[in-house]
Amino acid sequence: MTRAGNLLLGLGLLLLAACSDTWNDPYPGSAADANVVYSAFAERPKHLDPARSYSSNEVEFTGQIYEPPLQYHFLKRPYELIPLTADAVPRPRYQDGRGRPLADDAPAAQIAQSVYEIRIRPGIRYQPHPAFARDAAGRYRYHALAAGFVAEKRQIADFEHTGTRELVAADYVYQIKRLAHPGLSSPIFGLMSEHIVGLQALGETLQKAAQTGHGTRLDLRAFSLEGAEVVDRYTYRIRIKGKYPQFIYWLAMPFFAPIPWEAEVFYAQPGMADRNFTLDWQPVGTGPFYLAENDPNRRMVLKKNPNFHGETYPDAGSEADRAAGLLADAGRALPLIDGAVFSLEKETIPYWSKFLQGYYDSSGISSDSFDQAVTFSAGGDPQLTDSMRAQHIRLVTTVATSLWYVGFNMLDPVVGGLGEDRRKLRQALSIAFDYDEYISIFLNGRGIPAQGPIPPGMFGHVEGVKGINPHVYEVHEGRIQRRPIEAARSLLAEAGYPDGRNAKTGEPLVLYFDTMASGPDAKARLDWMKKQLDKLNVQLVVRGTDYNRFQDKIRKGNAQLFEWGWNADYPDPENFFFLLYGPHKKVGTGGENAANYDNPEFNRLFERMKDMDNGPQRQQVIDQMQEIVRRDAPWIFAYYPKSFGLVHGWVTNVKPNLMANNTLKYRRIDPPRRAQRRIEWNRPVLWPIGAGALVLVAVIAPAVIAWRRHEKKVA
Amino acid sequence: MNAQAVVLWTDALVFLLLAVVAGLVWTIRRQEHLRAPWGAVAQRPMAMAAALVLAVFVAIGLLDSLHYRERLPDSSADAPQYSVEVLSVFDALVGELRTQKEKTYSAPLAMQLYAKEFVERDGVTVRDYPRLVHGGAHLADAAARQPDIVRRVAAGLAQGLAASLVAFAALAVWRACRAGVAVSAWLDDWRAGRLGWPARTLTGMVTLLAVLGAVLLQLTDVYHVFGTDKVGQDVLYISLKSIRTGLVIGTLTTLVTLPLAIVFGIVAGYFRGWIDDAIQYVYTVLNSIPGVLLIAAAVLIVQVYVESNPQSFDTAAARADIRLLALCVIMGVTSWTGLARLLRGETLKLRTLDYVEAARAFGVSHARIIGRHVFPNVFHLVLIAIVLDFSGLVLAEAVLSYVGVGVDPTMHSWGNMINGARLELAREPVVWWQLGAAFTFMFALVLAANLFADGVRDAFDPRMGGRR
Amino acid sequence: MLSYILRRLLYAIPILIGVNLLTFALFFVVNTPDDMARLQLGAKHVTAEAIERWKTEHGYDKPLLLNEAATGMEKLTNTIFFQHSAAMFAFRFGKGDDGRDIGNEIRTRMGPSLAIALPVFVIGLLVNITFALLMVFFRSTYLDLGGVVLCVMLMSISGLFYIIAGQYFVAKLWNLLPISGFADGADALRFILLPVLVSVVAGIGSGARWYRTIFIEEIGKDYVRTARAKGLSEVRVLFRHVLKNGMIPILTGAVVVLPLLFMGSLITESFFGIPGLGSYTIDAIQAQDFAVVRAMVFLGSFLYIVGLILTDISYSWVDPRVRLR
Repeated sequence: MTRAGNLLLGLGLLLLAACSDTWNDPYPGSAADANVVYSAFAERPKHLDPARSYSSNEVEFTGQIYEPPLQYHFLKRPYELIPLTADAVPRPRYQDGRGRPLADDAPAAQIAQSVYEIRIRPGIRYQPHPAFARDAAGRYRYHALAAGFVAEKRQIADFEHTGTRELVAADYVYQIKRLAHPGLSSPIFGLMSEHIVGLQALGETLQKAAQTGHGTRLDLRAFSLEGAEVVDRYTYRIRIKGKYPQFIYWLAMPFFAPIPWEAEVFYAQPGMADRNFTLDWQPVGTGPFYLAENDPNRRMVLKKNPNFHGETYPDAGSEADRAAGLLADAGRALPLIDGAVFSLEKETIPYWSKFLQGYYDSSGISSDSFDQAVTFSAGGDPQLTDSMRAQHIRLVTTVATSLWYVGFNMLDPVVGGLGEDRRKLRQALSIAFDYDEYISIFLNGRGIPAQGPIPPGMFGHVEGVKGINPHVYEVHEGRIQRRPIEAARSLLAEAGYPDGRNAKTGEPLVLYFDTMASGPDAKARLDWMKKQLDKLNVQLVVRGTDYNRFQDKIRKGNAQLFEWGWNADYPDPENFFFLLYGPHKKVGTGGENAANYDNPEFNRLFERMKDMDNGPQRQQVIDQMQEIVRRDAPWIFAYYPKSFGLVHGWVTNVKPNLMANNTLKYRRIDPPRRAQRRIEWNRPVLWPIGAGALVLVAVIAPAVIAWRRHEKKVA
Repeated sequence: MNAQAVVLWTDALVFLLLAVVAGLVWTIRRQEHLRAPWGAVAQRPMAMAAALVLAVFVAIGLLDSLHYRERLPDSSADAPQYSVEVLSVFDALVGELRTQKEKTYSAPLAMQLYAKEFVERDGVTVRDYPRLVHGGAHLADAAARQPDIVRRVAAGLAQGLAASLVAFAALAVWRACRAGVAVSAWLDDWRAGRLGWPARTLTGMVTLLAVLGAVLLQLTDVYHVFGTDKVGQDVLYISLKSIRTGLVIGTLTTLVTLPLAIVFGIVAGYFRGWIDDAIQYVYTVLNSIPGVLLIAAAVLIVQVYVESNPQSFDTAAARADIRLLALCVIMGVTSWTGLARLLRGETLKLRTLDYVEAARAFGVSHARIIGRHVFPNVFHLVLIAIVLDFSGLVLAEAVLSYVGVGVDPTMHSWGNMINGARLELAREPVVWWQLGAAFTFMFALVLAANLFADGVRDAFDPRMGGRR
Repeated sequence: MLSYILRRLLYAIPILIGVNLLTFALFFVVNTPDDMARLQLGAKHVTAEAIERWKTEHGYDKPLLLNEAATGMEKLTNTIFFQHSAAMFAFRFGKGDDGRDIGNEIRTRMGPSLAIALPVFVIGLLVNITFALLMVFFRSTYLDLGGVVLCVMLMSISGLFYIIAGQYFVAKLWNLLPISGFADGADALRFILLPVLVSVVAGIGSGARWYRTIFIEEIGKDYVRTARAKGLSEVRVLFRHVLKNGMIPILTGAVVVLPLLFMGSLITESFFGIPGLGSYTIDAIQAQDFAVVRAMVFLGSFLYIVGLILTDISYSWVDPRVRLR
C-alpha cells in the first residue's frame, strides 16, 4: 500500500507538472485556442462512401466532405433547395413516350420521362489527395503501387505528394453508376432503379461483368447508363421514368455527390484495403472540410479544405434570424472554423459531464439530465435553469421532422383487417396509449402528441384545432385533449371485447407487443406500455428480442404491435404516406409499409397526391388521406419528437436544420473565450488527494508503530 | 379456485434443489463424521449470523418462487379465465407495495414527486412538485412528515424489540425446561456464552432483523422507503423481487455445475488415459473461450427458440424465466471446469492410496470404488466450491446485465437496477436511491454468503483447521 | 525444453479447431448469413439481391461444414467453416463485417489494452501482497480480523459500483482526471490513471484475502518454525521465507493470465472509453459482428494456451523436481 501510495503521489505530481490549470482536459496536446469545434460520435460510422452511407451518424461526416449539386438553405423556412455546386436548381422537362417535350402542367399519365439537366459551376476543385498526384511528366504517381509500398503507410497523410483536379460533370455521372455497382450494395439502388432510366439494367450488366471478370475491378467509365449522361464538361442529364417530383430532394443528398474515378483506381490497388484505405473510410470530396484523421476507435478529425471553392454565409433570413444574430456573419467566406474534432463517446454520462466542463461545444439533453438543464416557465415555455444560464449556455429547440408510432400488423387476425370491429379495437387502443403522459415522463415534454402521419414543418400538416385526430382527441373549451378512457372502453365493447374480454368466449384479450428495446431505459418504458392497457383491462405481453429477430418478425408479418419511427428523408408528405401505401407492404414485397396496411381508397389517393405540386389541391387530397388513416388507425400516432439542444456561449450560428446535413461550415466559435471558461470550470478540487494521503497514513501509521514495538520486544 | 398455479421452469428446479438439500441434511444428520464439521460451523458466531441473514433472503426467494395467475373476476366457474400476469405468493403477501405506483421518481420517504410539473392550484397553473398518490398521502402538509416518520420508526423499534423479547423469553423457558435447569441459570449460561452455540450473536441478530422488519413494515404502509423509480414503482418492492433472481442464479448454476464437475473431474482422475485426455480437451476448449461470448450466444439461442415457439411462452414471466434458466445453464457450463480440475487432481492422489489400490485388487467395481472411497473424500472440496461460487455468481449477474446479455430487461434484478441507475446518476439532483437500494441488498446478500462460506471452508478444509 | 514447447503448441491445434467449431456452431444457430447481411445493410430499402450479393462478397454463400456439391477434399474445404478459419491459423483474420481489417485493428488496439491491464496487474499484485503481508504479520490480532472483514466487504461490492463511484467523484465532482477517453504517448497517463486506480481498488478484497491464506499456510510449515526457533526475527522470517515461498503459487497462478492481459478488460474499457481489445470484443458482440467475434475468440484461446505453457515452464523453473518432457 505504501509503495502504491508513493507511486500514485509521484504520478499525481507528474500530472501537476504536465498541465497546470486543467487536470481533466481530454484533449492533450491540442492548442487551447484552436479554432476548432469539439463534438462527439456515439457509434463508429460504418460507411463513409456516399453510395452506401445512409445513417444519420454517417451523414454528419459525409455531409461536410461531399457536395451534391443542391443543398437546403441554412436559414429559410419552410425548407428551400438552393444550388450548391450547380448553377441553378434544375427544372424537370417532361417528355412523352416518343421523346417529344410536354408542357410543365401535362397530366402525369402522359409523361414518360422527366429530364433533369444540371449544370455545375466551373472552377470547383477537389481536396488535396494522393490519388490526384502527378509527377513532372503528368503521370499519376500513385496509380500503380506495389503492395509493399502501401503496407508502410499508416494513414493517407503518409503519402508524400498530393494533387487536385477540377470537378467535372462526369464525376457526378460516375457516382450515379456506382449506385448500381454490385460490390457496393447501395441502400438506394432498389429504390432508384425504379426511377432512373436504365439503372436496373446497368446493375445486371455490372453483376454479369463482375462474375466473368473474376475479381478485376470494374471500370464504370466503360459502361454507359441511359438515365445519366454527360452533356459537356460541366453539364449532365438525368432521366427519370415518368414523373417523380421528389427526385429533386435526392439531389441534395450525398448519394448524388461526385466521386472522381482517380480515387477508385487509387483505392483499388493491392494492400490498400488491408490498411483501411478505401472510399468507405477515406473520402475524397470537394466540400468545405476533408477527413484528416480517421480513427473511429477514438476520434475523427475534419480539417478545412484548402481548395474549397469559396461559398459565403447566406444573407437572406427572417427578422427572427437577424434578432438571434444569425445574420451577423452574412457574406463572410465559409467555413468559419478551421476544423472539427469528433471524439468517440459511447456513454451519455461522460458526454454530459464533459459538456458541462466545457470540453464539448454542444450537447443534446438526455431525459435524465433534463431537470438539471431546463425548467418551464409559467406559460409552459422551456427555459434554462439558473445553473445553465450561469454557464452562458443557450437552448436551441426544434420539432423534428420525424414520427414515432406504434404499428398494428394489419395481417394479424386479432388487431388487423379493415372490418368495423377491428377498426374500433385499434381506435380504442389509440386512445388508451396515453402518449401525452409518455411525453411528460420519458421525454420531459420534448415531443408533440402526433395527430397523424405528417409532422409539423412539412407540407400537409395542419396546426391547431383543425388538425386534430378526431378519433383520439377532442376539443374541449378550445383546448385539445385526449378523449377519455371511457370512450376507449365503449369502443372496445363495440369491438366485441367488453371490459377486455371476448364477448363470445369470455377469454381475456391478450395483445403482444414486439420490441427490440434494450438498455437501461427499456424496462421503464415497457412497464409503462403494460400500464396503459391495464386501464382497459387488456393484457399486454411484451416480447423483447434482438434486432435480427425483430426484423424477421416484421418481414414475415408475425408481429402484432410494434414500435417504430421514421425520419424524413426530404420535406415532402410523400415520404411519410408511402409508409402506408399498400403496394409497399412489408410482407411479400419487402417494402417499407411495416404495418402491411392496404386500403384501396388510400392507395388511389396516394398515387394522385405524390405527383402533385404543393398547393390547395394537394392539401385537400392530403386531408382526405389523413382522415382515412386516422379512422382506420393502422398506427397509433405516438409523437413528433422535439429536439432540445444546448450550446455553449462561445458557439454562434446555430440554427437546427433537419434537412441540411452540411451546417458545420456555418458554425462559428470564440476560442479564447472557450479556453478561459474551461480553466474557470475545471479547477481541480485538491482536498480529496490530501484526505486520501491522510487516510493512507492513518492506516499505515499504527501498523508501523506496532511493528516497531514488536521489533523492540524481540530485540 | 381463485387462482391457477403456475410452475415456471426455475420454480421447479428451485424446489428440486430444496428437496436435494433436505435430503442431504437428513443424510448428514445420521452420520457422525459428516455432522462434525457442520457442528464446527454452528459454533462460529459470524457464520451463524450470516446464515440467519441468508435464511431470510432464501425465505423471501422461496415465497417468490410460488407462482400463480389470478382468476379474472366475473369469469364463469366452469370455464375460468386467468390473468396473463404471473404473481407470486410473495406479491400477495406484500399486497399494496406492488400496486402503489406513483407517476415517476420520488425520493425515499418523500411525499412529493422528484420533478416539477404543472399543477393547477387555486385555478392558476404553476410549476411545482406535485403530491404523491400514495407516499405520505395521509399527511396534511410537509411539516407533518418528519414527526410522522420519527413516530413510525419509534413504533417500529418498540414493536421489533418487544417481539424479539417475547421470542427470547419463550426460547429461554423452553430450553431451560428441556435442559432441566432454572431459567436464571440458563440465562447466566447465555450471558457467559456457555451454551455450546453462539447464542448471544444469534439473539442479537434476530433482534436486529426483527427491529428492521418492524420499522420497514411501519414505514412501507404509507411511504416509499426506498423511493420510486422512473415509472413510479416502489424501489423497495423491486429490490425484494430481485432477491429471487439473485438466488436463482447463484444456486441453479451450481445445480448445473455440480454433476458436470463431479462426474468429469473424478472420472478423469480415476481412469486417466484417453478418458482423461478427452475430458481435459473439453475443458481446455471451454475455458479458452471468453465466458461472455458463450453467454451471449446462449441468450441469443434462447431468444430464437422462444420466437419460434411462442405458444409455449404465453406470458411475459415465462419468457423472462426461460432466459434466466438459459443464463444459469450456460454459466454452469462455463464454470464447471475449475472445480473439475480440482477434483481431478485430488482423485489422482486418492487412487494411489493403499486402500483404494487394495479395493481394486479385490475386484471391486469402479463405480463402487468411486462411490465409496473417492467421492466421500472429495466431497468437502465440492461443498467449499459451492459456497464460494455463490457470491461470485450473484455479482456476475450485474455485470452481464450491463453488457446486455443478462437477465430479461423486464425481470426484476439488481443488475437491471444498476444498469438503469447509470443514467440516473447523471441527473441533477442525483437520483441515488435505486443504486443505493441495489447496493444495499446485494451487499447484504453477498457479504452474508461470503462470511458463511468462510465459516464452511474453515470447518471443512483440514489444512485451514487451526489457522487462528 | 524446446521439444516440449513444440509438442504443446502442436497439441494446441486440435483445441483451437474445437474452439472454432464451437463458436461457429453457436453463432450460426443464432445468426444465419442472411441475418448478418441484413444487419450490415441497414434497415431502409434492403432487397433480396443485395443480401445475396453481400453473402457472396463476404464468403457466406457456401454450405456451413460440408459441401455436398463439391468433390474430394473440396467437400470439406469449400465451406464457410474452412474458408473462414483456415487463414486464422496463420493469424490472418481477414475483414470484419463492417469492412475493416481485423489484424490491423488488433495491432492498434493492443497498446491501449496493455496500457491499462499491465499496470493493473503489477500494481495490483504489489498492493495485494503488501496488504496480505501486513495482515499475516498481525495475525490473530484485531488488526488481522478487521483486515479480513474489510476484504470480505470490499469483495462483496459489485465491480460496477467501483467504476461508477470512481467516475462520479474523481472525474465529475473533483475535476481531477478526465472521465473517459484515451490518448497516445505520455498523454495517456492521465487517461489510464483512473481506470487503473479503480481496478486496483476493486481487486484488493479478493486478492489480498487469497494471498493471506497462502502466507498463513506457509507460516504454519515446519521450516518456518525451525527458522523462528533459530532466533530469526519475525520480519526476517516473513520476508525471507514466507514471502519467498508464498510467491511460488502466487506467481505461477499469475503467469497464466499474463498473455491474456492483451485481451484487456471488457467492462473497464467500455466504461472508460479505452479503444482496446476488450471494448472491441464487446462492441462486436453487441453489433453481432461475427468475423470479429471469431477472431477474438481465436486470439483469446491461443493466448490462454500460451499462458498454460508458460505456467508449466515457470513451475519447472521454481521447482526443479518438476521436469518437462
